Amino acid sequence: MSAATRAFLIWLLAMLAGAIVVWNSHFSADMSFFLPGRPSAAQQVLVDQLKEGAVTRLLMVAIEGGEAAQRAAVSRQLRGRLEKMPEFVAVQNGQAGSLDADRDFLFRHRYQLSPAVRPERFTVDGLRESIANSVDLLASPAGMMIKPLLPRDPTGEMIELLSGLSSGAQPNVREGVWASHDGERAMLLIQSAALGSDTDAQEEAIATIRRQFAESAQYAGLSDARIVISGPGVFAVKARETIKSEVSKLSAISTLAIIAVLFFVYRSGRLLSLGLLPVLSGALAGIVAVSLAYGTVFGITVGFGAALIGEAVDYSIYYFVQSGRLGAAEWRARFWPTIRLGVLTSVCGFAALLFSGFPGLAQLGLYSLSGVLTAALVTRFILPALAGNDHPVRDLSHLAPPLRQGIRVLQGLRWPVILLTVAAATVLVINRNELWHPNLSALSTVSAEDSATDMALRADIGAPDSRYMAVITAPDREAALQAAERAGQQLDVLVAKGVIGGYDSPARFLPSQAMQASRRASLPAGDELAARLKLAQADSPLAAGKLGPFLDEVARAKEQGNITRESLNGTSLALVVDSLLMQRPNGWSVLLPLRPPAGVKGVDIDIEPVRATLAGSGALFIDMKLEFDRLYNDYLDEATLLSLAGFAAIVALLAVTLRSPRRLGAVLLPLLLAVILVIAGVHLAGEQLHLMHLIGMLLIVAVGSNYALFFDRAGDEHRLDAPTLASMAIANLTTAIGFGTLALSSVPVLHAVGITVGPGAVLALLLAACFSGKERA
Amino acid sequence: MIKRLLGCLFLLLLALPASAAFDVGQLMTDLAKNKGGKAKFTEKKYISLLDKPVVSSGEMSYTAPDRLEKRTLQPKVETLLLDKDMLSIEREKQKLSINLANQPEALAFVDSIRGTLSGNRAALEKNYALHLSGTADKWVLTLLPSEQKIAALVLRITVSGSRGLVRSIEYLQADGDRSVLNMEPIESK
Repeated sequence: MSAATRAFLIWLLAMLAGAIVVWNSHFSADMSFFLPGRPSAAQQVLVDQLKEGAVTRLLMVAIEGGEAAQRAAVSRQLRGRLEKMPEFVAVQNGQAGSLDADRDFLFRHRYQLSPAVRPERFTVDGLRESIANSVDLLASPAGMMIKPLLPRDPTGEMIELLSGLSSGAQPNVREGVWASHDGERAMLLIQSAALGSDTDAQEEAIATIRRQFAESAQYAGLSDARIVISGPGVFAVKARETIKSEVSKLSAISTLAIIAVLFFVYRSGRLLSLGLLPVLSGALAGIVAVSLAYGTVFGITVGFGAALIGEAVDYSIYYFVQSGRLGAAEWRARFWPTIRLGVLTSVCGFAALLFSGFPGLAQLGLYSLSGVLTAALVTRFILPALAGNDHPVRDLSHLAPPLRQGIRVLQGLRWPVILLTVAAATVLVINRNELWHPNLSALSTVSAEDSATDMALRADIGAPDSRYMAVITAPDREAALQAAERAGQQLDVLVAKGVIGGYDSPARFLPSQAMQASRRASLPAGDELAARLKLAQADSPLAAGKLGPFLDEVARAKEQGNITRESLNGTSLALVVDSLLMQRPNGWSVLLPLRPPAGVKGVDIDIEPVRATLAGSGALFIDMKLEFDRLYNDYLDEATLLSLAGFAAIVALLAVTLRSPRRLGAVLLPLLLAVILVIAGVHLAGEQLHLMHLIGMLLIVAVGSNYALFFDRAGDEHRLDAPTLASMAIANLTTAIGFGTLALSSVPVLHAVGITVGPGAVLALLLAACFSGKERA
Repeated sequence: MIKRLLGCLFLLLLALPASAAFDVGQLMTDLAKNKGGKAKFTEKKYISLLDKPVVSSGEMSYTAPDRLEKRTLQPKVETLLLDKDMLSIEREKQKLSINLANQPEALAFVDSIRGTLSGNRAALEKNYALHLSGTADKWVLTLLPSEQKIAALVLRITVSGSRGLVRSIEYLQADGDRSVLNMEPIESK
């Protein structure tokens, strides 16, 4: 077996093994790319909410077109159809009767549910007062509603229950169903059975809604009906589509452009295929490494492949172009050390990302690191054996004179370049406060248009934004509910003070067993109650004799079993409880969403009094917006730290290898100037910087150093031969194509890296040439 | 019997010249002239379940054509404000706002008061059949719901007053309970 065959077989086996791993990999395009890998307690709540929270299962639907009555008909039809499907746990459109089951449940269990049920309420005085209250209420315009209930519920427990419920804005109603503020759209609120993080199921659910809508519209005879759907599920599905289409599009653009360049250089199909070998191996190795290390491969990571192709192909270009006349052994001796150092600086840059707590970033780091390393190793150890010594590359010496001319021109521009950089640095310093995008939304794949649609639907339907919540964890359900009841009592104080407008609690519909037992124990026995009622009502216009139904119902309530989670089935209250009370691997957790004080819209909650009140209750108060901002700032701080660490590692590596401060300075100077110029350029182009631009800066240094090092080597040898010069130009072009392609992406993470590293790599080469030592004639 | 009928006919003939001058149109003109004012009110609700009527009292103020505020002071403080189509009720710490445009039945109910106060005949006739009796100084206007949905709530609304002033409104509900609202204008100085 020849060396070439053996090398090829080893490579093939490795590739096959890699292909098997990739085949079995799990790919994802969901939010977890952005969610912290090592969350704090408060961030964990954020992560849980974004992955499994009830809010992620909400889909908001607007029906447009036709007349209000037609839209209402479509809305009813759509609700009727979706309600029967197991994919949806709730379909609300505000139509009359849709809340009857809830009302019945509340009324039936009012003595277990009403917070007013205490022993004092059923004393003679308590009865007198509460019944007198109800009679007073009859005088009010609301009296007509309570009149039919009075004989059964004279103490007004139902009123007590309803008044604690969400006082949030109710959607507008037209023709008996929910409508937008302007009345021009019928609105529905749908909750899918599938989790928001299950993108496949969300996609299916959205498709089902669209299909059923089309049929409903046809049934209702509304031909120009349109549907608008928004919600976290829609965003997830769209993000996945975007990333999917971009991954293939960007990879295709980058591959085709690079193949075109290589074909121009090699003019040989064989060399072209051999040249792509390290690239292919690198791309595969990247995905394999990520899949093995993280279990899940993010779509965005794969999208980064477009850039990897551009960088990984450099090594084979160096090999083919530079070893042409020298042979493999001579190439290894003269050029490989420089290339190896370039590979190592790139590796330093990517390796810094591995330590990120931002999972997406860590994946990108691992993917690029393994990809570049594999491509370099394949070039070094496999490619020469496969290519043999017979790889005549077209003579590229005709490229050298114009390139040399270019270098001379650049060398004459040193002072203008320095002045330009000083100007760029000044711009950056002056505008330092406006450079950065302030929050995580900078990285979001959600388009501004989709975001606006979502805001509009949310406002029309009065959907909760769940910004503030108190979170409680407990070992079991009963303990969790009891803790929720204790926290509720403290929150009631805040409601009374007007610090918060109100709150939701699972204990409102599913009180702890202990609470239910104590409420039942508050109810007097039948005879006792009858006697007290008689005394209490002696002077009341509502004679005790007319309250027979009340006595019967209290007697029945005393015998009634506890409400369990199962008793809630068939009501929308089940949904409320499930979204606020969740079983976790290590216990139960309760969410108590807090509403800002009523009145002026958009008023924030004053955080400190809430924190102080809840202190010691075991409930953690969380402002989701604050947590998001904090999360992003953590990422940004960490990215700054990692970039600096990566940069320090590169400097250390170069210092150790070059062993000369002058040479170190000569390699670093063009890189730093490139970073400043690129960032100033991006800023002046109107882009706000975010954390991926920061990473881009690191990569300019890591990737750009490869080119600066060749000039350093040339300085060492006091000449830059034609093949080296040509190979540098071509390799730089392919890298610029690879990263530059990412700049076309609409995914902010990819775009930011592309827009910095693409131009940055080119500038690094040009500036390295500009500051390179003058050649001797 | 015949005698009595004839008697009635005779009385009717006597009243004819007066009622020819005073019809619904005339009443509406009188009412429309009233641009607003304040009144003390007493409302009595006769509910079959209760041995005594529920009495509430307070102040009302009306600004033509569509702002009506009813401040109940006894037995509990409660404010009801009707401004155009927005109805808000404030009681203790609770506040409730309803957009009546979305609630046709409630709107019809509210229109009975508002239409009368502002002398808006078209608004009244949209939902009710009007019957007028009495004289300009002492008239009684009876509203009978023409729509089944409203009739299921209210059987009859009887408004009485003199000239452009409404003195009392009586609602007879479908279940036989009724409420009587009496108003006494407060002279604005």
